[in-house]
Amino acid sequence: MSLAPTPQVLPAGVDGFLIRFALRPDAQAMAAAQVMARQLETDTPAGAVEIAPALVSVLLRFDPARVDRDDLARSLASRARAIVDRAPDAPAALRRWTIPAAFGGEYGPDLADVADRLGLSQQQAIDQLCNTDLHVLTIGFAPGQPYIGLLPEAWNLPRMADLNPRVPAGAVVVAVRQIVMFGAESATGWRQVACSGFRTFVPDRNPPMPLRAGDAIRYRPVTGDEMQSLSSAADGLGGAVLEALE
Amino acid sequence: MTAVTIRRADGVLTVQDMGRPGHLAQGLSRGGAMDRLALIEAAALLGAKSPLAAIEMAGAGGQFSVSAPTRIALTGAPMIATLEGAPLRWHASHLVLPEQDLRIGALQAGVHGYLTPAGGLQTPAWLGSRAVHLTIGIGAALTAGQTLHCGEDPAPEAPSRIIEAEARFHGGALRVMDGPQTALFDDKVLDAFYATEFIRGGRGNRQGIQLDADARFTTDHAAGLASDMIGPGDLQMTGDGLPFVLMSECQTMGGYPRIGQIIPADLPRMAQTAPGARLRFRRLTLEQAASSYRDQTDMLREAAGRCRNLIRDPAMIADLLSYQLVGGVTAGRELEDD
Repeated sequence: MSLAPTPQVLPAGVDGFLIRFALRPDAQAMAAAQVMARQLETDTPAGAVEIAPALVSVLLRFDPARVDRDDLARSLASRARAIVDRAPDAPAALRRWTIPAAFGGEYGPDLADVADRLGLSQQQAIDQLCNTDLHVLTIGFAPGQPYIGLLPEAWNLPRMADLNPRVPAGAVVVAVRQIVMFGAESATGWRQVACSGFRTFVPDRNPPMPLRAGDAIRYRPVTGDEMQSLSSAADGLGGAVLEALE
Repeated sequence: MTAVTIRRADGVLTVQDMGRPGHLAQGLSRGGAMDRLALIEAAALLGAKSPLAAIEMAGAGGQFSVSAPTRIALTGAPMIATLEGAPLRWHASHLVLPEQDLRIGALQAGVHGYLTPAGGLQTPAWLGSRAVHLTIGIGAALTAGQTLHCGEDPAPEAPSRIIEAEARFHGGALRVMDGPQTALFDDKVLDAFYATEFIRGGRGNRQGIQLDADARFTTDHAAGLASDMIGPGDLQMTGDGLPFVLMSECQTMGGYPRIGQIIPADLPRMAQTAPGARLRFRRLTLEQAASSYRDQTDMLREAAGRCRNLIRDPAMIADLLSYQLVGGVTAGRELEDD
């Protein structure tokens, strides 16, 4: 059995390959997976029908009628090796979301505990959350729901032993240097530091799932009242603003 | 416009088609029919060029009527069906006239039956599919009194057809290919897994199905795995070491190690294995798994080759009736729970 840190191109079903850069979350492997996903989207192999980035891997689905499986595997492996050899940074974001969020208190009941664990004041913790260069690492668990990161090393907080039985839709929760923004009321072992009016999945909205892997994310602190009033916007974006980046 | 009215809903009835592929990157799984082959077989019976949106009936059927003459196909798990009280053959197409009373009753085997009108259901589409996706609130189960639009039958005068349905309603052997995480399991664990007889557990729904066995199958490498893309057919080994088979409405990403993936050709058999039935897994090489792939056009052509006209021979109908009476004895536990 090989658990080597070299990229692997592994069959994933009869019509897919998983290009995996590591088995466990690792900043370098995450960056490599993001570069690979971007490259596959801009320079898509013939016969590919779907590209879906995970944290440290990328799934490529293909049309078996149009693709020689071995040829595609070889070409993907050589692309992946070339990326690892360059040890690239994560690719620059093409778009940036600025998302208003209310931190602490009833909107972030675990903020005080998180700040304590980091040896920071609550305000310092909020500043770090809002000033770190954050990206959507991947989308999963539920439609449109982002995993965002990476927070500074000190934020490598374990999940809580006891699940928080209920966080509301829009909850901003943290663990393992990442942020998740819940699309619906959920139970979670992650710590809730804020709440936003941004809804990650609204079926009747166009698009229903607006976030994409690679999008830059910046939180803008607002008061609870302001967040509540932004939450009532019909588009379910909670006052979030999207800019194209060069 | 032709319409189908639900007069009574006994099972979990949902509108299903082949789902909405292509949104994994946004966290949305394909969804669609649990038994995709049942939609292919229905299209073959009705002479349709591609699968049509149908009513999936989990556990039991219901009572239906139509507003204009239309053929219907009855496919998937065989259920006791009558039209105006006369028995209707399953795995077949039949003409239904307005005001006729179509009743679909208890399962004889399997889990999911399908009722497909020849023009296809034309309920509103979302992201290119009419499939109800219960776990994320796209559509909902059908209830008595609902009327669903469907396309006009392009050939109501066409003869009734029957299809030799692919056998898949009593458990049995499921072919599995290695997946990206198979190598996390020791060879001894893999050998034991493929030598084990599993029982389809009582927990199952459109997201996934729990299997039971005495043995447990674990890996020492499960801790801290990065979440990865998952999909229908994946054999996810949850913390207790028993497989949970991911199905149509599964999530797109998961952190549990997966020992392999049931190939798409055998997923209908998994979907149609009722609680308590026995299953075994057979490990394929990559070459064997790859050569099992069929696209929809090939599957439809192959299914069409299994169809022939229904000849209404009274002797045959009597025989059919006795078969149904025997098969109608069920354990009454086919209804899915959460």
